[in-house]
Amino acid sequence: MIVELGHFALILAVFVALVQATVPLIGAQRGNQAWTNMAGAAATAQFLCIGVAFAALTYAYVVSDFSVLNVATNSHTAKPMLYKVSGVWGNHEGSLLLWITILAVFGMAVGVFGRNLPPALRARVLSVQAMITVGFLLFILFTSNPFERLDPAPADGSGLNPLLQDPGLAFHPPFLYLGYVGFSMAFSFAVAALIEGRVDAAWARWVRPWTLAAWVFLTCGIALGSWWAYYELGWGGWWYWDPVENASFMPWLAGTALLHSAVVVEKRDALKSWTILLAIITFSLSLLGTFLVRSGVLTSVHSFAADPTRGVFILALLIACTGGSLTLYAVRAPALKGGGLFAPVSREGGLVLNNLLMSTAAGTVLLGTLYPLFADALNLGKVSVGPPFFNAVFVPLMVPMVVAMAIGPMLAWKRGDLGGTLARLKLAFAAAAAAAVATWLLVGGDGATVGAVGGIALAAWLLVGTLVEYGERIRLFRAPLGESLRRARHLPRAAYGMTITHAGLAVVIAGITGSEAWKIESVQVMRPGDTVEVAGYDYTLKSVNSFRGPNYSGLRGVFEVTRDGRPVTVLEPERRQYTQPPRPTTEAAIWTNGWADLYAVIADADNRGGYVTRLYHNPLIPWLWIGALTMVVGGLVSLSDRRHRVGAPSRRQVRPAKTLQPAE
Amino acid sequence: MGRIAYILPVAVFVVVSLFFLRGLQLDPKHIPSVLIDKPIPELNLPPLPGRDEVGLRTADIKGQVSLVNIFGSWCVACVAEHPMLLKIRKTGIVPIHGIDWRDDPAKGAAWLRKNGDPYDRVGADPDSHAAIDFGVTGAPETFVVDREGHIRYKHVGPITEEIWEDTLLPMIKELSR
Repeated sequence: MIVELGHFALILAVFVALVQATVPLIGAQRGNQAWTNMAGAAATAQFLCIGVAFAALTYAYVVSDFSVLNVATNSHTAKPMLYKVSGVWGNHEGSLLLWITILAVFGMAVGVFGRNLPPALRARVLSVQAMITVGFLLFILFTSNPFERLDPAPADGSGLNPLLQDPGLAFHPPFLYLGYVGFSMAFSFAVAALIEGRVDAAWARWVRPWTLAAWVFLTCGIALGSWWAYYELGWGGWWYWDPVENASFMPWLAGTALLHSAVVVEKRDALKSWTILLAIITFSLSLLGTFLVRSGVLTSVHSFAADPTRGVFILALLIACTGGSLTLYAVRAPALKGGGLFAPVSREGGLVLNNLLMSTAAGTVLLGTLYPLFADALNLGKVSVGPPFFNAVFVPLMVPMVVAMAIGPMLAWKRGDLGGTLARLKLAFAAAAAAAVATWLLVGGDGATVGAVGGIALAAWLLVGTLVEYGERIRLFRAPLGESLRRARHLPRAAYGMTITHAGLAVVIAGITGSEAWKIESVQVMRPGDTVEVAGYDYTLKSVNSFRGPNYSGLRGVFEVTRDGRPVTVLEPERRQYTQPPRPTTEAAIWTNGWADLYAVIADADNRGGYVTRLYHNPLIPWLWIGALTMVVGGLVSLSDRRHRVGAPSRRQVRPAKTLQPAE
Repeated sequence: MGRIAYILPVAVFVVVSLFFLRGLQLDPKHIPSVLIDKPIPELNLPPLPGRDEVGLRTADIKGQVSLVNIFGSWCVACVAEHPMLLKIRKTGIVPIHGIDWRDDPAKGAAWLRKNGDPYDRVGADPDSHAAIDFGVTGAPETFVVDREGHIRYKHVGPITEEIWEDTLLPMIKELSR
């Protein structure tokens, strides 16, 4: 009964969405207030309908109602509650329902928090948002109905892929979707602005917090996914340039560019049509990601529901959404007048450079991801594009990007002074040089480590450059300490957000460099009692025990790790054989000292009393997670800036008004 | 120039969409073997203990159209495929030779005793020597070999009823003429 209620609520949602997609839009075009104002109420109704549907499916999972096909194929009674709930989105149908639930949450958020938006803009934004909702609701109802019944109901379900039964992955999809779907807000704002024919600083000020929120979620989602791949797949790697990873990375790159170009629109009234285009592209790349994962046009370890009819449907959605908005862009964007002029060397110039490099990077990843498809369609044969391509093109794009990241924020708006800025960055130069020399000496440098030394120097450059910029803002050591502290207190949160995020990226760069350059791997057969030395640590396999978990049986290896005879830690990697579905997984054991991870995996027995073991020494990889977390924190700090809450009274009226007020 | 810059994004998108449309009709998992129409690699595989004493050699495969099937006792999909192989064996249309890949030969033999044995000749390949020469990407995998010992087709994954009826059987009939 509850399941039917959910199905019914979903059908009802289609009609609500149809109303929301048309009535407010017509109202805004004709100046009919009543029609315009119903957008907010419709968004709330929309959320209620879809929320009921999502709750109904979750209920079916929690009580293990196997008369529902989706539950029967993806769940099992002998499964911890966390994974029963996360099983809701661990499959194609349920994850789409999650997608659309988040879409509804965002729509309602505009309805609730956007009361101070101009009513016509709010109506148009919500209408565009509802058009996306209609498309996805029809997709769910016609091709991927999660509420389909099964008769007769089986006694038990077939279970969730054990690789997905993991806390990291339980929360990875919701965060990723919050990011993907969050960009739909920027998209809806962009299309609404094109319909309205007006983009101004106020518009950018409304778009920024939404984009920032989406960016924070996406960063978090990608980091969680990467972390999961690191500890669950058992190969010590954390990024494989797999099409589906790329699908989440491309919107991130474009979204990062969008964040920065929206700043220029807000502060300087320039780059308008470019920002609109970026907003469209960012969300289109999110949709493209969905298409690639669901349609099976590319092979990937992730592609869980390759079904051509679904592929056709999503492609139709993609064409309607992206094709429609880009056509609108071609027609309306030329009329958008750019405002402020600026010299190439200026804050704006720095942000334009960021945009160029970020979008080139996104384009390159797109090309690399789709190249196998292009080649296949043109009969150039089957090819696969792997890490060598991506590393070869990505690194040269990111190096100038990071170099400029320390300089850009220190340049003045309109016209900057490059020589003067570089002089002020002498501390960063010194730090980079010192880091390079120290790294070179530490690892006993030779030709092969030049890249790694460069990576560490770059990280030091960015970190110190970012701190120098912060120090200048609060006039540290130039003014009395009390004055600096007062300035630090009054610095806008958005400025802190930038400092923290850029510093976080510096830490990430160091982590990437270290884990790529100095990872040590050792694969061997070990018997209990054997000792293997990896990077100065001695790993002794003490014992291998079998044990039973709630829904798996397992082998647990016990490694005693010592360094120069002193005990360091005990690592207990596991190999699990799940009962339903019958699949093996590896659970790596990881110990970190903040500088490096010791990483142990136990694999199959060789039937002669030995076990295949893989031991890794992963230097600086903890920094990758610390840095990513720092970036997320930076985004949150920036999001908490009062100025993002449009309408909140500005506390500091003394600040020059021209940077704060929308330039109409 | 100005106008074109605004039309360019949608133009690029149209081209990409056309590729997607085409891509939906292609199967990226269909990987043609580089060995298609090449002679089978030189084989001299030892037998599975307790099954027979002959193993599998290149000469065994030549002479008539035959299937070479890669399997292993560790391979879950092979269990799913097995009834189909037994069925093909019963028809007697084509001999099936097996390569027990990355497996303990004793386990492979036990697995065949338990699940039934559809093979004419079976060779053990615990160290992937033959598998690498054949360009095997996973198990199960099946090669169609013609009379002269040339590989004519490679099927990745379990043989299903449809694949047998629609692809393999017509090809075997064609090659046997």
